[in-house]
Amino acid sequence: MEETLKIIVLVKHVPDAQFDRHLTGAGNTTDRSESILSELDEYALEAALQLIEARGGEAAGNRVIALSMGPAGAVNAVKKSLQIGASEGVHLSDDALAGSDAAATSLALAAAIRHLGADTPADLILTGMASTDGETSLVPAQLAERLDLPQVTFASSLELDGATLTARRDGDAHADTVEATLPALVSVTDQINDPRYPNFKGIMAAKKKTITTLSLADIGVDPAHVGRSGSWTAVESAEARPARTAGTIITDEGDAGIKLVEFLAAQKLL
Amino acid sequence: MAKVLVFIDNPGQALKKASLELLTIARYLGEPAVALIGELHDDVAATLGAYGAQMLYRPSAADLDDYLVGPKASYLAAAVHAADATVVLTENSAEAREIAARLGIKLGAGVITDVVAVDADGTAHKSVLAGSYITTAKATTPVAVLTVKANSITPEPAVTGTAPATVTVEVPETAPAASARITARNEKAASGRPELTEARIVVAGGRGVDGNFGPVEDLADALGAAIGASRAATDAGWIGHDAQIGQTGKTVSPQLYISAGISGAIQQKAGMQTATVIVAVNKDAESPIFEIADFGIVGDLFTVLPQATEEIKKRRG
Repeated sequence: MEETLKIIVLVKHVPDAQFDRHLTGAGNTTDRSESILSELDEYALEAALQLIEARGGEAAGNRVIALSMGPAGAVNAVKKSLQIGASEGVHLSDDALAGSDAAATSLALAAAIRHLGADTPADLILTGMASTDGETSLVPAQLAERLDLPQVTFASSLELDGATLTARRDGDAHADTVEATLPALVSVTDQINDPRYPNFKGIMAAKKKTITTLSLADIGVDPAHVGRSGSWTAVESAEARPARTAGTIITDEGDAGIKLVEFLAAQKLL
Repeated sequence: MAKVLVFIDNPGQALKKASLELLTIARYLGEPAVALIGELHDDVAATLGAYGAQMLYRPSAADLDDYLVGPKASYLAAAVHAADATVVLTENSAEAREIAARLGIKLGAGVITDVVAVDADGTAHKSVLAGSYITTAKATTPVAVLTVKANSITPEPAVTGTAPATVTVEVPETAPAASARITARNEKAASGRPELTEARIVVAGGRGVDGNFGPVEDLADALGAAIGASRAATDAGWIGHDAQIGQTGKTVSPQLYISAGISGAIQQKAGMQTATVIVAVNKDAESPIFEIADFGIVGDLFTVLPQATEEIKKRRG
């Protein structure tokens, strides 16, 4: 009989990258009005579900908790995670969190994870390889540092044998096999699996699942340590890059390859 | 004068251009020092001197490469204290960003990634939301950690070279305890082509190559370019995932980007729209890539690319 698993998956509500995205307001923060569950987080959720299913799923006492930090709308990322199969959802929401950089975000998330682990500490924190909005990839490593956990980042495969994690990580110059002992923090790439879609049964089941809302007071974080005032970096200005405009478009009449080279020569690119 | 610490992870036989760029920026910001991991070859030591490094820090532990990120961040934190540095510069690779991330927490320092330029007062310039905005950001903390993209500046040696003194930095013994261990390492075969994120020219193929990257590779080799690919092409297994450009892949900003058989959906544009010149070849005249191409060819890449490759070879005799 294997031990049960408690996995926390971080899910983020991000602007849909299918549309133009904007910065807004005095702090140049991201406009989240047209937002969805970050595509890259679906791989982390799928990895979590596969790990618990291999150990008998929820019926055997395993749990996947979807945790999202963000304004009111972020609860939608949690709801979608429940529809896909997470056991329960947690929404960390507080006006004081607005404008948090990676350091402040990781501070709040670390406190939330400790709070959620007060009875039984989580065995595994799973995240996507990056958010599709900030794209800094800083938060997973900063969380690992704050929680003093081994980090297994950019995992393209993941296996769990007892309390030993083995993952593959593909770099540019080499591919590594890495090993860590639970508890650990793992971020996964979009190569690790094919995320499932919510089905009707999952959507109906999600309605019965609990979403807990936490405030900063609940997790014991001083509002002065998060948000724009608690951040260690400040965005001072933001300018929309002028949109690119189309140049010359030709239809190949048998000599387009030569015309291409002529264009490159004229641009001094040969 | 500000002390600026440049982190160089395993330089090997010769310093990469990206490292020379960091040293050049460091000199512009203050007095440069270098924290190095791995062997120090004579050529590398000489180049560090030529680029004005005043001090050279090396770790007391030799096994930092056996662990993921954690112990390297502990070493770098110790080096920052030893150097009394107020600015830390690293490259912008995935691993360097993570080392910077953990270093930031250890030092209580703000971390800014994807930096393309730094002002003398430490203000960093970067592009966000897939190149659709240019922002300036500043660390509000006593120490700033900046990860700088390749091709941000032209490297220049110092007017007066130095012979930097080497100092060994004690790595805390506790560092590896809470870290993942690397149990196997497979070196990938070098392609002989430039590294994608550092390349001056990129030729990329997508769904339209239909499993055959030959014409893309031939044109890339004629131009001395790196090879890129859309997610459709890497997902189909036609080329390694390393080559993927876009939202979930690499971001490139070359002088010339040639897109072949790629429609140019927003996800792809996110990875390449800051290229200086964009050329597109696609059979479908309605492809969104033509909205941003400086030179677009509606045509079959299997005839256009080989013809261009031949023409380049002919011109070069």
